[in-house]
Amino acid sequence: MRRSKYEKPAPREGGSLKTSAMIASLAAPGQRTKAAPFGHALVELAKTRPDIVGLSADLSKYTDLHIFAQAHPERFYQMGMAEQLLMSAAAGLAREGFTPFATTYAVFAARRAYDFICLAIAEENLDVKIACALPGLTTGYGPSHQATEDLAIFRGMPNLTIIDPCDAHEIEQVVPAMAAHKGPVYLRLLRGNVPLVLDEYGYTFELGKAKTIRDGRDVLVISSGLMTMRALEVADALRDDRIDVAVLHVPTIKPLDEATILREAGRGGRLVVVAENHTVIGGLGEAVAGVLMRNGTMPERGFRQIGLPDQFLDAGALPTLHDRYGISTAAMARSIRGWL
Amino acid sequence: MSTERLPTERPRAGSNVPLSERAYHIRRHALRMGEVQGQGYIAQALGISDVLAVSYFHAMTYRPEDPEWEGRDRFLLSIGHYAIALYAALIEAEIIPEDELTSYGGDDSRLPMSGMAAYTPGMEITGGSLGHGLGIAVGMALGLKRKGSKNFVYNLFSDGELDEGSTWEAAMSAGSFKLDNLIGLVDVNGMQADGASTGVLNFEPLAPKFEAFNWFVQRVDGNDIDALVAAFDAARNHPGPQPRIIICDTRMAKGVPFLEARERNHFLRVEPDEWQRALAILDEGRVR
Repeated sequence: MRRSKYEKPAPREGGSLKTSAMIASLAAPGQRTKAAPFGHALVELAKTRPDIVGLSADLSKYTDLHIFAQAHPERFYQMGMAEQLLMSAAAGLAREGFTPFATTYAVFAARRAYDFICLAIAEENLDVKIACALPGLTTGYGPSHQATEDLAIFRGMPNLTIIDPCDAHEIEQVVPAMAAHKGPVYLRLLRGNVPLVLDEYGYTFELGKAKTIRDGRDVLVISSGLMTMRALEVADALRDDRIDVAVLHVPTIKPLDEATILREAGRGGRLVVVAENHTVIGGLGEAVAGVLMRNGTMPERGFRQIGLPDQFLDAGALPTLHDRYGISTAAMARSIRGWL
Repeated sequence: MSTERLPTERPRAGSNVPLSERAYHIRRHALRMGEVQGQGYIAQALGISDVLAVSYFHAMTYRPEDPEWEGRDRFLLSIGHYAIALYAALIEAEIIPEDELTSYGGDDSRLPMSGMAAYTPGMEITGGSLGHGLGIAVGMALGLKRKGSKNFVYNLFSDGELDEGSTWEAAMSAGSFKLDNLIGLVDVNGMQADGASTGVLNFEPLAPKFEAFNWFVQRVDGNDIDALVAAFDAARNHPGPQPRIIICDTRMAKGVPFLEARERNHFLRVEPDEWQRALAILDEGRVR
């Protein structure tokens, strides 16, 4: 419970100042990263795809689209701080045969521009690629910028493909895949210095495919986005407790790879935990639960969700908030230990 | 519903038919579709028929046999519920066969009550969620420029859509991008779902708003064909690097005085015997 705004907080005790600044990277100190993987991948792709154009609603710098805008200024449209227009104009460009990549923050696409994405783009199955930064809890700015329910909002939209990539390695592969896909795509974009993780696992992205990143006997973590990175860290941490954790990465939230999820969740002897950077309502967790229920698959050691609570979340420093809401590596490991 | 009435006598497209005659036929097609359902947005259709006649038979380039021909001018119907009016124009333009008119609003019809791109040849966008058309038009106008096309994008929207913020996002953008290949057509018929437009949300003075957004603005009597022809010509030939708008003041249910007189005419209910009367009045008033 947040304290009253009329109550002065206690003075800070030592330690370094934690920041909620917008530029804060998701990467842990010392972690390998790549700068602006989305922007660079799009520039690369655009060399062979003259149909690709970029649009942003005054957030090109904060969605890594500025890399594309600098490389191809004549193919970049600055739409101003007008998300409804951003999506309608992208629809118009797609109607004329172009493949627009439209970028903004996830909150603005999901909450403000929904009707325009739904009717002007998805209903027509137009080739508009929507790449949105700050998905889930990836900023400490508070609810105005935290898209904690974007998946819940978008999953109900017919024709829309939804991708929640884990790291820079995956984003580089997602960009050409989403451009090759026929129809609209929503990408939960990680921007800035993005962690580099999955290259070490020999992982390749395939649209619509869930993939086992590592196997394990006791726990199956089904995860998407940055939570796959966390799940892999949890798996390492729990090895010391002799808990063997498998990680199934599900970057395509829709359409969901139900066959792989059923096969993995149906294997005996494991607790199934779905971990997502999203409210526990309407995201990957409930999607997986629905698949299991409809197919009569009950994981032998139970089913649990790790995700954000059904609340408007606090402002603050990201590591603090991830810990507070249970999606940090340490908090996840604590939860899983407690469930076993 | 009357099924035995003979199809309208209508000269083939391409012949030298006066625009007033085109407008008469568009009104007649619309009334016949309205009769199929017994109700509908018939007042809007009658009001906008002159604008559609000038669009399809004076201003626009298109091929009836190839509605997606790359060299066509694009006509966007932002106001999805005006579909009955656009279908009438598309029938008159021979893009849709006249005998489909009786399927209007029915199961499996290509002519649903609200206009959708996937259903109807010649329907460029899915309208109906109001305030979408002008933004899509901005994107299409940008796209046409990218392709080096000389075609125009027309977007027909309503005075009610002036309430939508997205309309103004698009209006500012079109001015900012200097989209001289975009022609907006606003139907100011003064009526929206809850009553008189200016009473629901006052958008006047309208012309200065678009002028302030860097548009080339004309305001005309939208039921005066000569005035419309002059306005369309001026809009197409205007030398300035700016989008163009023709604010069309129209009269709801124009051409059928007893319907014009109805106070609540946003969604007209017409008694079964009144359709015949309306058609007869329209036929009497036909300007040859």
